[in-house]
Amino acid sequence: MNVIRNVLCPFCGCCCDDLEVEVDSNRIVNVRNACALGRGKFLSIGEHRLLKPLVRVNGELVETDLDKAIEKAVEIVKDSSYPVFYGFGCTSCEAIKLCLEMADLLGGLADNISVVCHGPTILGLQDMGIPSATLGQVRHRADLIIYWGCNPVEAHPRHMLRYGPLSNGRFVAGRKNRRMVVVDVRRTSTAAMADVFIQVKPNSDFEVLTALRALVNDLDLEVEEVGGVPVGKLEELADMMVNAKFGALFFGLGLTMSYGKEHNVESAIALVRDLNKKTKFIMIPMRGHFNVTGANEVFTWQTGYPFCVDFSMGYPRYNPGETSAIDVMARGDCDLLFVVGADPCSHLPRQIVEKLKNVKLIVLDPAVTPTVKMADVAIPVAYVGIEAGGTAYRMDGVPLRLKKIIDPPPGVLSDVDVLNQILRRLK
Amino acid sequence: MILVSGRSLEQGLGKEASKFSKRYIDATTVCQIDPEDMRKLNIGDGGSVRISSQYGSVVVKAVKSKYAPHPGVIFMAYGPWVNSLTGPETHGTGMPSFKGLEVEVEPVEVAEGSQREG
Repeated sequence: MNVIRNVLCPFCGCCCDDLEVEVDSNRIVNVRNACALGRGKFLSIGEHRLLKPLVRVNGELVETDLDKAIEKAVEIVKDSSYPVFYGFGCTSCEAIKLCLEMADLLGGLADNISVVCHGPTILGLQDMGIPSATLGQVRHRADLIIYWGCNPVEAHPRHMLRYGPLSNGRFVAGRKNRRMVVVDVRRTSTAAMADVFIQVKPNSDFEVLTALRALVNDLDLEVEEVGGVPVGKLEELADMMVNAKFGALFFGLGLTMSYGKEHNVESAIALVRDLNKKTKFIMIPMRGHFNVTGANEVFTWQTGYPFCVDFSMGYPRYNPGETSAIDVMARGDCDLLFVVGADPCSHLPRQIVEKLKNVKLIVLDPAVTPTVKMADVAIPVAYVGIEAGGTAYRMDGVPLRLKKIIDPPPGVLSDVDVLNQILRRLK
Repeated sequence: MILVSGRSLEQGLGKEASKFSKRYIDATTVCQIDPEDMRKLNIGDGGSVRISSQYGSVVVKAVKSKYAPHPGVIFMAYGPWVNSLTGPETHGTGMPSFKGLEVEVEPVEVAEGSQREG
């Protein structure tokens, strides 16, 4: 039995790096310090595995060997006039870099899953900038923590313990020394732990944020309620924010996926900017998949843009709404979708998934997913962060090392190795 | 009614068990409704409801929300079923509207043993 310590969890954007994994004969037998989601991932990797490469022949997926699958993938890629490379939330920065190289080489489009999570956050911060910090700063200093439009108890289960209200910081320690506020449309399990819960009407975040800005700037509101929230409650929150020594606003898809989208984020940024005239306040998006932040980072190093990058003109072009994977698929512009580290057939609107019937689909995935079932070529790869190493970025933009703790099943390579083989044959 | 989709712990655990596992399907074919709304619409706890948007329609299981009260708001976990209801328009952002979608909710009878529609 071998215990591997300080393992990074490849589940959510918290990227908890204190896991201890017990390995016996290349098999994970126990995981300590992980939340239910992280533990579930480590302990279930063998249960729904894609073990053999698949290619579609006469409408049916049939098993083949790796070399033939790669050959078929290369053939499809070469025949494509406008390929879209998509996904990357669950892979390493090293694999993302190779996909960008391919998109550039072929004059295609590269987009990552932030387009359907915190894409509007990126649009907002490009307009406004973002007053941010690391999670370590929040842990050690924040005396007021606000969760807006997110439910970490269910989506980021160790966030509150490691970085949030329950964490033991150097200068501010434990729950009793911190105030916690939750703003949401439902009284979630996170809200049940808060000192103050503010229930907003759906699609009203922009109005509530704007009202809070007015109150923080000492203006009176001549209404009884805003977005379903009594003004007295908003005044209470504004006072808490102004009187905090170090406030942290964590925000989720409640802001980015509802009406207003990037304008909600801009309004939140404006609020935090205003608060910094009176105290110290920062904000951090609650990123979902463990390396979706890394996807934005690698895209930006390589192309200058964090997502929605089109190479069809011979140079990187960025115009979300036009060069976003969803819009390209909706218009029927692409003839190939090349997916790494994502399952779009489960997570995109059905009308978009139906469009995929008319495009070729190549997927690299460790598991059998609905996208694998729809694929023309599906190539099994190692679980990044368990069977393959690499780099991931935590939700606050801190790069961390993913460890390889066991070998992948026989014949299964890392996505970096598979992508390198495809790229070599394309050049 | 307003439909909000989002993560749930069961959906996250089911996802790792397999997108074809009973756990994942059970987690993503459930709609959480405010108990008062269920009473008004004559929907029984555990009964079936048809949820329709301008983009599609699904029949899923209705359960009393443990996060009530949230009158007029229903919740479903991310997955293929709720995505049958979301539209492809991104309004220039690249992002479809996965939350805050207007839907109609009505009780339906589903024959025992039949599968839910999606």
